[in-house]
Amino acid sequence: MSSDRASDLPVVPVRHPGRWVAAVVLLVLAAMLGHWLAATDGLHWHVVWHYLFDPTIVASARRTLVLTALAMLIGVTLGVVLAVMRLSANPIVSGCAWVYVWFFRGTPVLVQVLFWYNLPAVMHSLSVGVPFGPSWFHTDPKTLITQFGAAMLGLGLNEGAYMAEIVRAGILSVDEGQTEAAQALGMTRMLTMRRVVLPQAMRVVIPPTGNETISMLKTTSIVSVIGYAELTFTAQIIGSRTFQVIPLFIVISIWYLAMTSVLTVGQYYLERYFARGAARALAPTPIQRVRGWVGR
Amino acid sequence: MTTDVMVRAEGVRKRFGLVEVLRGIDLVATRGEVMCVLGPSGSGKSTFLRCINHLEKVDAGRLVVDGELVGYEQRGERLYELREAEVARKRAEIGMVFQRFNLFPHMTALGNIVEAPVRVKRMSPKAADKRGRELLDRVGLSGREDTYPRQLSGGQQQRVAIARALAMDPKLMLFDEPTSALDPELVGEVLDVMRDLATSGMTMIVVTHEIGFAREVGDALVFMDDGVVVESGPPKQVLTNPQHDRTKAFLSKVL
Ligand SMILES: Nc1ncnc2c1ncn2[C@@H]1O[C@H](COP(=O)(O)OP(=O)(O)OP(=O)(O)O)[C@@H](O)[C@H]1O
Ligand SMILES: [Mg+2]
Repeated sequence: MSSDRASDLPVVPVRHPGRWVAAVVLLVLAAMLGHWLAATDGLHWHVVWHYLFDPTIVASARRTLVLTALAMLIGVTLGVVLAVMRLSANPIVSGCAWVYVWFFRGTPVLVQVLFWYNLPAVMHSLSVGVPFGPSWFHTDPKTLITQFGAAMLGLGLNEGAYMAEIVRAGILSVDEGQTEAAQALGMTRMLTMRRVVLPQAMRVVIPPTGNETISMLKTTSIVSVIGYAELTFTAQIIGSRTFQVIPLFIVISIWYLAMTSVLTVGQYYLERYFARGAARALAPTPIQRVRGWVGR
Repeated sequence: MTTDVMVRAEGVRKRFGLVEVLRGIDLVATRGEVMCVLGPSGSGKSTFLRCINHLEKVDAGRLVVDGELVGYEQRGERLYELREAEVARKRAEIGMVFQRFNLFPHMTALGNIVEAPVRVKRMSPKAADKRGRELLDRVGLSGREDTYPRQLSGGQQQRVAIARALAMDPKLMLFDEPTSALDPELVGEVLDVMRDLATSGMTMIVVTHEIGFAREVGDALVFMDDGVVVESGPPKQVLTNPQHDRTKAFLSKVL
C-alpha cells in the first residue's frame, strides 16, 4: 500500500546549482572573447569574409580533401595488408611487415615527403626488370613523381605504418573462438579473416581511424613545404602577396574546422553501422532523438 | 571404402610444451553411434575433440575419420601433410558445437547459418536461405531469422550454433560441453535438439557432464582421465558397474 502512496507524491528532482554557476562564468568569458575578436583591428574580419569563399581557397580546400582521402585510402589498405602479414605464420612475411612499420613510424613524415619529392633528382631512370639484367619497363622518374604524387605517397605510406598497428590491435581483440568456429565450418584462413575477423575488428578499428583521418586532414598542411597548393600553401601565398597573413590563417582554420566537423559526424554513423549485433539495442542518433521530441 | 567405422583413434598423442595432454588414446566410434565422453577437468577431452577436426595437430598415433587420415595423406610408406585448403575441405564435413557457442555476433541467426554453405560449399544464396530457415525451424527457432546472437538467450544461441553446423550436412558432429555454459532451465531445450539429432541417425561424439543424457541417448560411454581412455562401454554398464577405481571415484562425485 505504501508504494502506491509514494507514487502519488510530487517528485522534486535533484538541483544542480554548480551547473548554473559554471554556465554564468562561461558566458562571461565567451562575451569577453567575442568582444576581443570583434574589436581587434589586425584580424580584419571583412578580409576573412572576402577570402572565405574565394575560388582559389575553395579549390585548394578541395585539394586538401582529395589528398586526405587518397592518403587515408593508401594508409588503410596498406594497414590491413600489413596487419594480416604481421600475424602470418610465415616468419619472413611477418618480419617484412615489422620492418616496414619500424622504418616508416621511426622517421618524420615531413622527411618522408621531402624524400619522395627529391627522389627523382637523384635517380636518372626507373626500370623494372631483372636486377643487373635486362629491363622490361623504362621511364623517367620525374614524370612519375609530381608534387601531388610525392605528397600522396609520403603521407599514405607513413599512414600505413600507423594503420597497421591499429588494425592489428583490432584483429587481436576478436575472440579466438570466432576463428575456431569459422575453421570448424571449413573456412580457410583468408576467408575467416575477411568474413569473420575483420568485420568484428572494425568496431575497435574505426574510432582510432577516425582520429587518424582528422589528424591526416591537418597533417596535409606540411606538404606546403614542397609547394603543393593545398589550403595552407595557398593561404601563405595569398597572405604574403596581400600582406593579410592573419586573416588568411583564420580563413583556412575555418575550413579545417568545417571539414573535421563533417568527418566527426561521418565517424559517428560509421561506428553505429559496425556496432550492429554488438549491443542488444542501439541508442537513437541525435537526429532520431530530435524527431522523437518533435513527433510527440 | 566405406566401413561402419566413423572415427578410429590408435595411440593418439598430443603435447603442449612439456605437458603431454593426450597419452595414447584408443577408441572406435561407429557410424550412427552417439558416443559420450566423460572425465574430470583437464583430462584432455576438448583436446581430443579438436584433434578429430584438426584444430590441433596430432603428435603421434593415427586418427582416421571415415576411412581418411586426419591432416595427412598416406602415399606409399610416407605421410604427407595436407595443404590448408584440403584440411578445410575435410573440416567442412565435420560439425562442431562449442561450449561458448561462438556464433558470429555481426551476423543474424540466419546469416550465421548460411555463411559457410554459401562461401565454402558455393551453395546458391537462395537455396542456402531456404535450407537455413528449415534448420531454424528444426531447432525450434523459426521467426528468429533476423535476430542477432546477443539478442538471444544462451539456449537459443546454442541451438542456432547446432543449426549452423548442420547446414554443412556433416557426417559427424562433435559437441564440446554444449550445455555447460547454460542456466539449468535452458539445458533441456538444447538436449532435446541433440536427442532429436541422435534419433535421425547422426554420428555424434559428445563431451558432456549430463549423465542423464549419456545414459538415455548414448550408445557408448568413454571415461577419460589424464590423457588416456580409462574405461568404455555401454553407458548403463559403465555408469552402474564401473570397473576402475578412477571411474568409481569420478562417478561418486558427479552422480
Ligand atoms: N593450447 C594449449 N596450450 C597449452 N596447454 C593447453 C592448451 N590447450 C589445452 N591445454 C592443456 O591441456 C590440458 C587438457 O585440456 P582440455 O581442454 O583438453 O581438458 P578438458 O578435459 O576439456 O577439460 P574441461 O573439462 O575443463 O574442459 C589442460 O591441462 C590444459 O591446460
Ligand atoms: Mg574442455
